[in-house]
Amino acid sequence: MEITAENKVLKFVEGLIPPSDGTSIRKEALQALNGMDFPTTRVEEWKYTRVGRITNKTFQQEERKANIEKYKITNLDAHLVVFVNGYFDASLSTIKEDKALSVQSIEKLDLDYYSEIMEETEENVFSLINKGYQTGGVYIKVGENEKTAYPIHLLHLTTGEGIISNAQHFIHLEKGSKTELITTYDSDEAENSFTNIVIEGHIEENANLTIQKLQFEEKNVFHISNEFFVQDPSSQFKINTITTGSLLTRNGLNVIVEGENCHTEMNGVYLGTENQHLDNHTLIEHLYSNCTSSETYKGVMDDKSTGVFNGKVIVRPNAKKIEAYQSNGNILLSKSSTVNSKPELEIYADDVRCSHGSTTGQLDEDAIYYLRTRGISEQKAKKLMVAAFIGEVLDKVDNSDIRKKVDQHFLEHFGWVF
Amino acid sequence: MLTIKNLHATVGEEGLEILKGLNLEVKPGEVHAIMGPNGAGKSTLASVLAGKDGYEVTEGSVVFEGKDLLELETEDRAKEGVFLAFQYPVEIPGVSNINFLKTAINEIREHRKQEPLKAKEFMAKVRESSALVELDPKLASRSVNEGFSGGEKKRNEIFQMAMLQPKLSILDETDSGLDIDALRIVSDGVNKLKNENNAVIIITHYQRLLDHIIPDFVHVLADGKIVKSGPKELALELEEKGYDWLNAEKV
Amino acid sequence: MGYTEEELAKDLENQEYKFGFTSNFESDKAPNGLSEEIIRFISAKKEEPAWLLAKRLQAYEAWKEMTEPEWAHVHYDKPSFQDICYYSAPKQSKKYESWDDVDPEMKETMAKLGISLEEQQRLTGTAVDFVMDSVSVATSFKKKLNELGIIFCSFSEAVQDHPELVKKYMGTVVPSKDNFYAALNSAVFTDGSFCYIPKGVRCPMELSTYFRINEGGTGQFERTLVVAEKGSYVSYLEGCTAPMRDENQLHAAVVELIALDDAEIKYSTVQNWYPGDKNGKGGVYNFVTKRGLCERNAKISWTQVETGSAVTWKYPSCILKGDNSIGEFYSVAVTNNYQQADTGTKMIHLGKNTKSTIISKGISAGHSHNSYRGLVQIHGNAENARNFSQCDSLLMSDTSGAHTFPYIECKNNSAKIEHEATTSKIGEDQIFYCKQRGIDEEKAIGLIVNGYCKEVLNQLPMEFAVEAQKLLEISLENSVG
Repeated sequence: MEITAENKVLKFVEGLIPPSDGTSIRKEALQALNGMDFPTTRVEEWKYTRVGRITNKTFQQEERKANIEKYKITNLDAHLVVFVNGYFDASLSTIKEDKALSVQSIEKLDLDYYSEIMEETEENVFSLINKGYQTGGVYIKVGENEKTAYPIHLLHLTTGEGIISNAQHFIHLEKGSKTELITTYDSDEAENSFTNIVIEGHIEENANLTIQKLQFEEKNVFHISNEFFVQDPSSQFKINTITTGSLLTRNGLNVIVEGENCHTEMNGVYLGTENQHLDNHTLIEHLYSNCTSSETYKGVMDDKSTGVFNGKVIVRPNAKKIEAYQSNGNILLSKSSTVNSKPELEIYADDVRCSHGSTTGQLDEDAIYYLRTRGISEQKAKKLMVAAFIGEVLDKVDNSDIRKKVDQHFLEHFGWVF
Repeated sequence: MLTIKNLHATVGEEGLEILKGLNLEVKPGEVHAIMGPNGAGKSTLASVLAGKDGYEVTEGSVVFEGKDLLELETEDRAKEGVFLAFQYPVEIPGVSNINFLKTAINEIREHRKQEPLKAKEFMAKVRESSALVELDPKLASRSVNEGFSGGEKKRNEIFQMAMLQPKLSILDETDSGLDIDALRIVSDGVNKLKNENNAVIIITHYQRLLDHIIPDFVHVLADGKIVKSGPKELALELEEKGYDWLNAEKV
Repeated sequence: MGYTEEELAKDLENQEYKFGFTSNFESDKAPNGLSEEIIRFISAKKEEPAWLLAKRLQAYEAWKEMTEPEWAHVHYDKPSFQDICYYSAPKQSKKYESWDDVDPEMKETMAKLGISLEEQQRLTGTAVDFVMDSVSVATSFKKKLNELGIIFCSFSEAVQDHPELVKKYMGTVVPSKDNFYAALNSAVFTDGSFCYIPKGVRCPMELSTYFRINEGGTGQFERTLVVAEKGSYVSYLEGCTAPMRDENQLHAAVVELIALDDAEIKYSTVQNWYPGDKNGKGGVYNFVTKRGLCERNAKISWTQVETGSAVTWKYPSCILKGDNSIGEFYSVAVTNNYQQADTGTKMIHLGKNTKSTIISKGISAGHSHNSYRGLVQIHGNAENARNFSQCDSLLMSDTSGAHTFPYIECKNNSAKIEHEATTSKIGEDQIFYCKQRGIDEEKAIGLIVNGYCKEVLNQLPMEFAVEAQKLLEISLENSVG
């Protein structure tokens, strides 16, 4: 499908490799993209995030070889699926023997199944660009009543200047299955590059999916992710999102709970320094009764960085006995840091218990003073306090190898010990 | 005063039967203790008598002062003189105890075709009743049960009982969560409120409350029925032997 | 068994609008529609100075370029601005010298509203500026206020008698281009109230204005300006009821408060405009811009109890410009049937050590939708700013909605902001507890709801609190059969 309208989106995709025949998912995306424009801050969903810095640039898609050793997770015994600049690199990947698991190219995903599962999700211009111009991705399936023998690590590396990485993944947990997905994002000498990722998933009845997302890219790249998940009855979904990377990050995370007795958990930590802009945009939509959801995001902003939290919980009519909890805490370490928090509840049913809380402040001066009287330097005392603040969320990362990687990252980049 | 005949009641949408043919006769001036193991149906009985939603009477009758109690709305049962001291009194933020009780008393008085209580009389009654259960009068102006300790909540229930002067009081596990001093205070309060015209049903798992409020009759509730009744000594026997011997005896 | 939520919902639907009646005045009306000529007509009718006409025309030019805001969580048929009459005044345009001179029909109207002026005057010492269809017709207690140098009059009078004050302050807090409805108001406002408290004066009485929409199809474009000079204090009350109407009535008022150094303004509103019938037909559109400016050490406190209007779009706000200034917002919003409310506040912290408190209680019944939308904005220079927000929503039916949209923007690392929100259903166990004590369902709900709103009701002046409680009861009144 040709994009005909003269607009910025057209200009943006001009430099990309024109898609070959591809799947019908690709075709539909290209069609939907037709006539679309990039959001401005007048669009409520993008009120606090300007994407002009991305959309005014042009990017190339380029397959490259890379060394990924330092981006691996030490000791983690996992299926390793590597994407460099959005291209699958078989030589770097290791998919082990695992009867629970099938990993195929995203091109193998059946459109009919896909359209039916994802019909309620709302696309945006970036997810459509991804789907229209994706250069690779995996369709992961976990078999009925099976648990994968190992977690699955999707390692993403962007390398080279002015690159756009458009990987698109889909994970399908069949009834009663269970797995853990680890997605990591790094960059190497990738100035002005742009990671534009889409991960979608379907968690069937009684299935259980945990995702650990580590966004550790360098501070000279852009990152927009669109993550859409659909939960069937009695399923469980948990995602921990740890973001310290990129100049501009937008983590879009949408979960539609399409069955009773589900549990949804979203946790996030975002640490900003320099001129970083870190935006976490989440949605949990409850369509059925007797579900619980819990969301805890904490941000620490230093230097001239800006943190954004926009979390929305929707309870649709007739979804009874929903318990939804949402909390967002922010600490501003410097005079020039900014935080914008927008926790929202949209409740269309009456028998619910929903709450949210948002706090913004600074480190407790009295506590710092107390630590100093015990001989701890001010700098160290502050680090301890920050660690205590975000530690509550980090403790929800229950995979010890991942936790070690996170701790090590914080130690190297911030000098923070947890 | 109260006659319960062959009472069967179910709970929840599944219709699980909890009460399975319960009989009880309470006359003015009497104190009845209903004891039994957990899950026997003690609290269900209290809820059914008070008219709580979610319970369905499938068989039997309850007559209170010549009226079919089961036909009455919850508030009308209260107006007729049935009082339930809750096991877990609920908190009502922003509504002061005083305002709450004034509304309740005047509703009940209206039902009895009495004039609303004058402010002065009302406050005198508040002072008198709060003294009865050694409740800090300040609590009377606080929101209903909000921020009360467990013991204060239970005392507040008896305080309300003193204010409303019911004919039949049902004390549902009133002793739970009370320390020895609070237990004495609550019991003394109930004893002082007792007279030849009113009656008390004490629902309890343990015998310790019955050391302070001496029952005229003790009934053992097991599996939805009264399986044994006797004088106050029965309570001591239960305390000593537990409830298992009843099952043995039944067999 | 007991009284269910559905039954409650049904009862709420059936409750009639208590103040639905119409009084018959002959009006001095402008033809429907909006144009430069109409604005010139209004201005000429009111014998306004040229600068004010120029302001109006400027606002009109701006308005023509603007579009109606659509971000609020409300859906309604947009008013047709050419079908609205922008000027109508009771025919007897002469001012009354005393209460005895007031038209008996008007007295009756007020009696029906339950706000008998005589009684108010006698019992509460409240001065009342009664606005009937845009033109002030009765003003009292003027003498006493005069002695203190307090000016409390209709906006038109202020334009004639105190043009320098009006010129100095009007539009400084709500610029004429602020938003679509503020621009419209700035172009076509007909009357309203003006209040000026001189330096160091503590206004000894609550100043009240009762607004009323009375003319079918007449838009109401009230303009209120309250100026509290340094170190002064005033408590201002505003209450509204409207007669039952089938067609929608647009109300787009502008209220500006200016609290200079060390001054305090307390602004309380009880609003019960016609909300439409139980099918959502008719009712008032209430699109109001209310904003206050605080200079050093000043304090502005907004309290509102909102039960009326079909559609409400209202965010009484505080610009905390001066150091140590304080802004407060206390709100109860009840919606029933097909009412929609999108209401909240904006607290803009510019000065150092500024503090704001937001307490919002929303109650949704029937098919209504009730949204809280609030902004807390801490600017870079607002050292040690503090905000606390608590937004609670109570749901009374499974067909109603309760939504919370807080915006928290912080650019200063010494600020402390706390926001909490809860949404829940009215407690069945609480209702049961009340019933077990002999209180019927209707009264129990009244008790629980009044308790739920207590923090807000406590902020109202005594006599107003009683009225507000009554209003809450009426709004949730039902006839248990």
